[in-house]
Amino acid sequence: MKPLPLPIATLPLAAMGIGLLAAWSLFVGVSDVSLATLFDGGATDQATQVLLVSRLPRTLALILAGAAMAVSGLLLQMLVRNRFVEPSTAGTAESAIFGMMMVSLLAPGMPVLGRMAVASLCALAGTGLFLAILRQVPLRSPLVVPLVGIMLGGVITAMTEFIAYRQDLIQSVRAWETGDFSAILLGRYELLWLSAALTGVAYLAADRFTVAGMGRDVATNLGIDHRKVMALGLVIVSMTTAAVIATCGMIPFLGLIVPNVVSLVRGDNMRGSLPWVALMGAGLVLACDIAGRLVIHPYEIPIGTMMGVIGSALFLYLLLRRNGHAG
Amino acid sequence: MPADRRILSPTVVLGGLSALTLLSIALFMTLGARGKWDFILAFRGTKVAAMVLVGYAVAVSTVLFQTITNNRILTPSVMGFDHLFRLIQTVLVFQFGSGLVASLDPRLRFGVEVASMVVFSGLLYWWLFNGAGRGDNRRSLHLLLLVGIVFGVLFRSVTGFLQRVIDPNEFLTVQDRLFANFNRVDVQLLAVSALVVLAVSLAGWRWMRTFDVLALGRDAAINLGVEHRRAVMGVLVMVSILVSVSTALVGPVTFFGLLVANLAYLVVRSHRHALILPAAVLLAVLTLVAGQLVLERVFGYNAALSIVIEFVGGLAFLFILVRGSAR
Amino acid sequence: MIDVKTVTKRYNGTVVVDGVSLSLPAGGVISLIGANGAGKSTLLSIISRLLPMSSGTVEIDGLDVTTTPGEVLARRLSILRQDNQIMSRLTVEDLVAFGRYPHSKGRLTDEDRGHIRNALRYLDLEPLAGRFLDELSGGQRQRAFIAMVLCQDTEYILLDEPLNNLDVKHAVAMMKLFRRTADEFGKTIVLVLHDINFASCYSDRIVAMRDGRVVHQGPPEVIITPEVIHDVYGVEAQVMENAGQRIALYYQ
Repeated sequence: MKPLPLPIATLPLAAMGIGLLAAWSLFVGVSDVSLATLFDGGATDQATQVLLVSRLPRTLALILAGAAMAVSGLLLQMLVRNRFVEPSTAGTAESAIFGMMMVSLLAPGMPVLGRMAVASLCALAGTGLFLAILRQVPLRSPLVVPLVGIMLGGVITAMTEFIAYRQDLIQSVRAWETGDFSAILLGRYELLWLSAALTGVAYLAADRFTVAGMGRDVATNLGIDHRKVMALGLVIVSMTTAAVIATCGMIPFLGLIVPNVVSLVRGDNMRGSLPWVALMGAGLVLACDIAGRLVIHPYEIPIGTMMGVIGSALFLYLLLRRNGHAG
Repeated sequence: MPADRRILSPTVVLGGLSALTLLSIALFMTLGARGKWDFILAFRGTKVAAMVLVGYAVAVSTVLFQTITNNRILTPSVMGFDHLFRLIQTVLVFQFGSGLVASLDPRLRFGVEVASMVVFSGLLYWWLFNGAGRGDNRRSLHLLLLVGIVFGVLFRSVTGFLQRVIDPNEFLTVQDRLFANFNRVDVQLLAVSALVVLAVSLAGWRWMRTFDVLALGRDAAINLGVEHRRAVMGVLVMVSILVSVSTALVGPVTFFGLLVANLAYLVVRSHRHALILPAAVLLAVLTLVAGQLVLERVFGYNAALSIVIEFVGGLAFLFILVRGSAR
Repeated sequence: MIDVKTVTKRYNGTVVVDGVSLSLPAGGVISLIGANGAGKSTLLSIISRLLPMSSGTVEIDGLDVTTTPGEVLARRLSILRQDNQIMSRLTVEDLVAFGRYPHSKGRLTDEDRGHIRNALRYLDLEPLAGRFLDELSGGQRQRAFIAMVLCQDTEYILLDEPLNNLDVKHAVAMMKLFRRTADEFGKTIVLVLHDINFASCYSDRIVAMRDGRVVHQGPPEVIITPEVIHDVYGVEAQVMENAGQRIALYYQ
């Protein structure tokens, strides 16, 4: 499909749409926060408190995590040169969870930044292992690549659960496996700004990643150090994934669906598509979270479950519409 | 036979494996026994029978699945069987409470579990091969795998959500069923399972040489006159029955099959399923019985065998992969 | 006889083979030529039932390939595509022996063993018989696969770019072998070839495709002409005659 000739102005337009979603997200919840209560005399303090301590951080966290995970997916797809990978189909997320578990086992008092650092290192090692395996396995079809990643993720999860089961950490592991923003408060989401910064770095280096996505030989021919670009990309993906998992848990499918949909419309030049991927990622997560808060109000369905269900459906659609064509 | 450069002939390997397996079974039955022999033999005999049955089902289903997918790093569990099993367990407890579930007739429960897993996979195959599976068959098979995985993630998301809202005490009873366990096997169910597995094996027996041809890949198999689509369907049905029975009997066993299948390829060094399949079965039974023996008698653990095996199996498998011998 | 009737193959709206009708008489060497993407390989795969067509029919000696049981067709027609990878660890001899599967279903008779020996000898593979496929070079492996297909001993043999990976010596030997198989045993050999001069020197008949259609067909003296080559490939060519064979020069 050819990229649709979208005028430049659509990007700000889409950003405004996300802004509206974000505003809506601020006013959904159990305690009564609305423009009226905010400016009303009596309840002001309480409503403002809720807004500043809980709602605003939550909305910001949703936007940051959504954008970061979607961009991670895009980046990983470029680096592995396969449309069907994302942090949860490449062993990255599972390795990060393994790291988180090891920290709570060995150094439960470690500050959150340290936890994230350990998780990042594990994620980096896991993704490196994935790439090493890909070099060893004959790849007859593009669909084999995510299968390899999912098998690797499964093996790592088995190891995590083995230890978690013996140490009674299964429920913590489940919390990291299922993304959830309901516990986000002021002071508990700031790690995500780091992933926002990393997303910015990805944007600055976008051209290099596009070239790296054409393979080592092409990259070398164009005078780009393929190893360095790969390493930079993997570090960004690993740290982003670890930050998101440490803050709110895993959001499945996001990194897979958003880049694929954007690439259908916009094509694959990363500099052009990255802002879209970031925006759409934030938008999808916001929408899923709002829906999760509304469906069984006053209870919540965590975003991990919502994305698991909605993402499955979208991903199935993407998979089946490609069937019979150059997969 | 061509100039034989294999170190040991397959017959010697199979003979050695059989001897080791028998030895480990004999040790398991007798070692450290105190009290009445008839009781001990009956008690341990049930356990051994369960391990033989599960080892057989896991080994055969994994080897056959790898044959039709032409890929030595996949197991049938990527199709989402274990996630479905976990979902069923969780839904049962969520809906009826652990008390009622515990008082459920085990035969009824077993029947429901096997039936839902077989029906799920049957529907999936039917849908993909007849409805969505137009075009190139080979791609459809990989597509089938990915669609299975997507359903797996869907089940996992819903399970994760239910496990969150479930009462922590109830969760403990669910958790107990989420890992394979050879200690609580019901003798009647064992007999039923054995019959089912026997029936599947008899049906598969006459296909023994077709398996060898299927391993050559789709094009070569069709060229040699195998009705590829039908054969693949047939194998998938056999695999799903084997996996369902074994999962419903003791719980999910995921990566163990990978290990024994790849070990079997390594020691047998032949393309003939008439040799590979028995080797894989013997290796599986040997690992299970010897593992349980060591865990029970040396370390005094009781329920953790499957988790240990998954853990060790996963590690060993990664090692095989990275060394690049899984071609 | 291979009888192709109005066969069309579409992928998501893109037409790869466009209403091809073609009948190829039994016996002899037939080459399919054409530019990249002309639909040659797709047509070959459809004829050999590896790929379903979107519409049309293919009959081999009156047997419809979509409805005839696979094992019946496997004794009449064999196919080798490009890029054959195999998961099992097979020796060359094991692989060639699989060519007898349609006849003996895996239980080798003395006759089968004779066929296997001959196939190994024709393809100069006897010294490699016990080697594993993953230890061979690309060209050696290609010869092993061709040996398997010849060992199948079918009336029709379809090969997609069989000269891939072969050096000049083995390519010439391979074409000579096809020629001999057709002449001495009366087989029909259909080849997709990129080298039009190999097609010219060894074929009885050449079929030229462009944009999913058959645009020319006939004996080499009709096809290997500057006009046809220009029409098929869009390049200017000179045609020389040398010892009764036509050679196209298109290097300038």
